[in-house]
Amino acid sequence: MAELPLQLLTGWGNTAPTAARLARAHSPVELLHAIADPPPRGVIARGLGRSYGDPAQNAGGRVVDTTGACEFELDRERGVVRASAGASLDDLMRAIVPHGFFVPVTPGTRYVTVGGAIASDIHGKNHHKAGSWCNHVESLRLANADGTIVDLTPGRNPELFWATAGGMGLTGLIIDATFRCPTIESSRVLVDTERAPDLDTVMAMMSERDHLYDYSVAWIDLITRGRGMGRSVLQRGRFARFDELSAAHRRDPFAYRADILADAPPVFPSGLLNNLSIRVFNELWFRKSPKLRFGELQSIPQFFHPLDMVGNWNNIYGPRGFFQWQCVVPNGAEDTLHYVIDQLSSKGCTSFVAVLKRFGESSPGHLSFPAPGWTLSLDIPAGEADMNDLLDELDEVVAGVGGRLYLAKDSRLKPELMPRMYPRLQEWKDIRAKVDPGGVWQSDMARRLGLL
Amino acid sequence: MQDALGAVQSLLVLGGTSEIAASIAQRVVERRCQTVVLAARDTDATTGLAIDLERRGAKTVETIAFDALDIASHEKVIGQVFENHDIDLVILAFGVLGDQADFDEHPAAAAKAVEVNYVGGVSAGLVTARQFRRQGHGTLVVLSSVAAERARQTNFVYGSSKAGLDAFAQGLGDSLAGSGARVMAVRPGFVHTRMTEGMEPQPFSTTPDVVASAVIRGLARGSHTVWAPSILRWVFALMRHLPRPVWQKISAR
Ligand SMILES: Cc1cc2nc3c(=O)[nH]c(=O)nc-3n(C[C@H](O)[C@H](O)[C@H](O)COP(=O)(O)OP(=O)(O)OC[C@H]3O[C@@H](n4cnc5c(N)ncnc54)[C@H](O)[C@@H]3O)c2cc1C
Ligand SMILES: NC(=O)c1ccc[n+]([C@@H]2O[C@H](COP(=O)([O-])OP(=O)(O)OC[C@H]3O[C@@H](n4cnc5c(N)ncnc54)[C@H](OP(=O)(O)O)[C@@H]3O)[C@@H](O)[C@H]2O)c1
Repeated sequence: MAELPLQLLTGWGNTAPTAARLARAHSPVELLHAIADPPPRGVIARGLGRSYGDPAQNAGGRVVDTTGACEFELDRERGVVRASAGASLDDLMRAIVPHGFFVPVTPGTRYVTVGGAIASDIHGKNHHKAGSWCNHVESLRLANADGTIVDLTPGRNPELFWATAGGMGLTGLIIDATFRCPTIESSRVLVDTERAPDLDTVMAMMSERDHLYDYSVAWIDLITRGRGMGRSVLQRGRFARFDELSAAHRRDPFAYRADILADAPPVFPSGLLNNLSIRVFNELWFRKSPKLRFGELQSIPQFFHPLDMVGNWNNIYGPRGFFQWQCVVPNGAEDTLHYVIDQLSSKGCTSFVAVLKRFGESSPGHLSFPAPGWTLSLDIPAGEADMNDLLDELDEVVAGVGGRLYLAKDSRLKPELMPRMYPRLQEWKDIRAKVDPGGVWQSDMARRLGLL
Repeated sequence: MQDALGAVQSLLVLGGTSEIAASIAQRVVERRCQTVVLAARDTDATTGLAIDLERRGAKTVETIAFDALDIASHEKVIGQVFENHDIDLVILAFGVLGDQADFDEHPAAAAKAVEVNYVGGVSAGLVTARQFRRQGHGTLVVLSSVAAERARQTNFVYGSSKAGLDAFAQGLGDSLAGSGARVMAVRPGFVHTRMTEGMEPQPFSTTPDVVASAVIRGLARGSHTVWAPSILRWVFALMRHLPRPVWQKISAR
């Protein structure tokens, strides 16, 4: 193979850059070429780089950019899509929404690939109803380190299938996959918005009525302390039926426009997002949300991907970047969630509104993140070394009640906590060792967290 | 691997008996670094620190023989460390202060000090940089000095060697852009260690612990240059531009 260009890579958080040789693949066949003759420091797949930390980086090794391999087709009879790993949910939605289909699960951004969705076994606002991405996958093709291809289905080869679901690219290179897509009667979401004055109230509201909605998420203000700690805006909804649309919408029930309205250039200084500016933002944001509004019709981008309206918004954190901390604690550990939020807000953790969500049943993925309970996620500016002290402590607390951190968001967890947060880690490692005895699949995250 | 907050998992100290480096190593180990390699002339002298680092949570602490003056060996000695471990952080800590009056009497001794501080630094720095390029990541912390900013008549041999080392560190850092590796130059003022034992402290004198904190902060922020204490950045912004006669007076003590 000719010498590939050296490329400095980071995740979405722009932290801990490392350099790798970048191979771009524009078709499934090129994906196979791209993993031939692996270098000593191995190979890892990379989708759209929306993971916050380092799972799609491989210092001194090779990184395969899959985004050029992006064909897909919709089988309208069966409601099934077959897509190459590099296809993005953005492309998919543009193609299938007009035909009355939606993706089974969507994260807070539509700029993720099918490969990334499988490798992180991603979840969306419908996890309490629909589970995670890999629950909807019928089959996938995985390229092994030796270039052979295996066809995986959850029925025929459950071990390797579920080791790959959430396996962060470390079991092989996903070439393509088939997954079920639900039908919708319109491209509008019927949304109920409610404000909650504090954490207890929002959690009670979610416990009582989340099951009535397909999609649910609460945005929490972590900066306000005292009585208003955990004040939130709760947004829940489901796709509108045809008869619920206004006359104007009925003319084009599957209208779908997803535009980037502005682009944030990389000119922002670090420290712009400080405690004060974020406090002001959170206050404005909370006040502008309606106290109570039922049955509002929102578009897909409005409801599911509000952040995508600004391209490269990660640049506003400046050159030092930022990271995300996302945990899940099991049902029954509500006190722990309280403690965690109290610590974050009282220790002056600078964060835009955080997100709180309830999870339903886990998928069988060995390293899949979601588990029945509560998940909290927040963005934090990088650059303050002391932040690790607080978060290390919270990691312990979370692990102590059987909770865990999300690998797709992590960029700083202590490796010692991995086996406690992911009790099936060893089982996963054994499967991995069997399919990749030569240790070809490697990443910065794998090295950092001792996954190999 | 270095994490998003600058915490590292493996450390190589060149000059493994340096008190400043020891302080940095302690802080780095407390922040999850598990592998430490101490490279020193006298390997026995590192035992105390090695035990201390293990007590603080390091899983592996190794000691290897390393002499900055034995330039021919650098490639092999440092290469061996990188063969055994991925190294996230290298601290280039070796250095000798010497005595200017003695140097005036024995120019050969002055040349030897420069050989340690500058020539040894260049050699070890370039060997490290090559390993970092291969790894695709790594941070080299170079212990420069405020003395590099403007040579004082009382220790200008030392100062000029550090000036050379500092310029080397900056140029090396620039040349590594895009490689995943980076260089951070640390410019401490007067630090109370055995190097300065018995000397009259300069204004803003400080401790190894303060230098270590500054390094930890710099790693989290991805700084290119770090001063310790940080006020020296501004003090020396002024000192650098003082008229020569004024500087002559100030630097005489
Ligand atoms: C604004 C924002 C909001 C988000 N919201 C959510 C959310 O609500 N829920 C959620 O679950 N996640 C969320 N995420 C995280 C995101 O969904 C995951 O990180 C996802 O994996 C990103 O996909 P990607 O294509 O960018 O993959 P990358 O970030 O490029 O890669 C992620 C992992 O997938 C592996 N991978 C990629 N392609 C392949 C392949 N072909 N074969 C094998 N392995 C592969 C990589 O090796 C890596 O380990 C969010 C991220 C952002 C930036
Ligand atoms: N102290 C200060 O005020 C101050 C201020 C600014 C910068 N600095 C710089 O900071 C660094 C550390 O200094 P320190 O204060 O920690 O003093 P230190 O404890 O005396 O450390 C100096 C180190 O250099 C090592 N060394 C000397 N010659 C060597 C050689 N030929 N080969 C290998 N190692 C050699 C010494 O090892 P041995 O034990 O074998 O002698 C010792 O470990 C030095 O580069 C110094 O110039 C110090």
